[in-house]
Amino acid sequence: MTATVEPNPEATRPELTDNGEGGRAPRLLGGRYGTTSLRVGAASIWLSVIVLLPLAAILWQSAGGGWDAFWLAVTSNAAVESFRVTLTISAGVTLVNVVFGLLVAWVLTRDDFPGKRLVDSVIDLPFALPTIVASLVMLALYGPNSPVDLHLQHTKWGVGVALLFVTLPFVVRSVQPVLLELDRETEEAAASLGANNRTIFTQVILPALLPSLLSGAGLAFSRAIGEFGSVVLIGGAVPGETEVSSQWIRTLIENDDRTGAAAISIVLLVISFVVLFILRAIGSRAAKREELAP
Amino acid sequence: MTLSPVVRHLLRYLALAYIVILVIVPVGLILWRTFTPGVGAFVASITTPAALSALQLSLLVVAIVVPLNVLFGVPTALVLARNRFRGKSALQAVIDLPFAVSPVVVGVALILLWGSAGLFGFVENNLGFKIIFGFPGIVLASIFVTVPFVIREVEPVLHEIGTDQEEAASTLGSQWWQTFWRVTLPSIRWGLTYGVVLTIARTLGEFGAVIMVSSNLPGTSQTLTLLVADRYSRGAEYGAYAVSTLLMTVAVIVLIVQVVLDARRSRASKQV
Repeated sequence: MTATVEPNPEATRPELTDNGEGGRAPRLLGGRYGTTSLRVGAASIWLSVIVLLPLAAILWQSAGGGWDAFWLAVTSNAAVESFRVTLTISAGVTLVNVVFGLLVAWVLTRDDFPGKRLVDSVIDLPFALPTIVASLVMLALYGPNSPVDLHLQHTKWGVGVALLFVTLPFVVRSVQPVLLELDRETEEAAASLGANNRTIFTQVILPALLPSLLSGAGLAFSRAIGEFGSVVLIGGAVPGETEVSSQWIRTLIENDDRTGAAAISIVLLVISFVVLFILRAIGSRAAKREELAP
Repeated sequence: MTLSPVVRHLLRYLALAYIVILVIVPVGLILWRTFTPGVGAFVASITTPAALSALQLSLLVVAIVVPLNVLFGVPTALVLARNRFRGKSALQAVIDLPFAVSPVVVGVALILLWGSAGLFGFVENNLGFKIIFGFPGIVLASIFVTVPFVIREVEPVLHEIGTDQEEAASTLGSQWWQTFWRVTLPSIRWGLTYGVVLTIARTLGEFGAVIMVSSNLPGTSQTLTLLVADRYSRGAEYGAYAVSTLLMTVAVIVLIVQVVLDARRSRASKQV
């Protein structure tokens, strides 16, 4: 595979120093695209103006209001209700994703049937589809004109279905490659030693898939708690039932409560970062274990 | 692990049923509802003055966002793939940040930075350059959410091709721009293409961040996605379906490009 032969320019070319001095580096790279520091500077300024400064403005707004205003905003009744709705629906959605994501990934790697490639590309459709279209797509089936007479608009089930739709690819796409590379000899060895399918699955396959399964679940959860476009039409912001935190933030901005909006935004950001940080830690631990193994 | 045929079929049909119910039936239903009244009705619905100006506005945003992302994305990918410097992992983290931020939070962030009462409010108040609730706000929101795409598609390709050919070109006396134009760019062109396709799709499809910073006025600040929401909430369901179908076409094009590039890539790796 390409991953094993991928050259690492940093490892093989230690002569390329920060400022491009030393050896033949300056003539080759330093002079080619401008000096490194210039390019790093340009990239940093660009990313700062586009990404970092706006996020810093949230902190600045919240700091301006002081700790009391922050606490008041995140513990207000509506905010707490929105957190409860967001977190419970997201957790449920993540759980369903783990089970069905694993199932879909399994079928796509271990089974073979006509049209498999088509199904494989359909998995990515929710990523490619605009979120507002996802919302409409769900409403077509579960909205007021539902052809199957299932009316989920303005219910938490509707929000859940919409979130399931947009988060479908995460678990599938993170488990699939690992399942593909999984060493089947271990499974055969376990089988020849008399292990039944259930033992092989729980003792051999599941432990190997766990890091990727968790990472897919974390990404899906992180996406679900911040989702807006796909839930806005089907949810309808019923307080305590379908009003997720992102909708509450929008309401606060419309009411010109900027400090409150900043406070809720910070909470969402922190949850996302914590989840992604844990994922990174799990990922690097799994990578280390793989390195230690012969 | 060998499963009995019964279990294997059971798993297969369970997985297929999940995908069919969750994705294929709803998407098919939209298409069916769009085209039941005929292609004429569909065309009429996406060529109303409001729809045409929304399409124009969306394409204008794309025309600004894509060049900026390429212009800043390719050098950033180059510096990440070819150089070591202090703070590189921080830079990597910042690039992935937009994936982790809720679209609504993006909107809030832009309002708090560029809005008239924001940190950089002087731009609007003193210089008279309206950003939030105007066109520049939509562009800034779109760039925020699309920043990672070009960088993340180009960087791995740069790692893979290494620097041998570029060095050979330099040794043979080519200038840096000649090397870039004749050696580097041709080898990253497919990664760059996919990055641009993803950027276009996301820019056309972004809703949450854009609705926060747009005044949502038909003709001046209503993009295609805002038009979908607007039409649906005004009860014009058919119009919403029609524009959705238009946006869905873009998504399908993205998937086709992805399949084609994947096939290319696996063919290339087989040849090596």
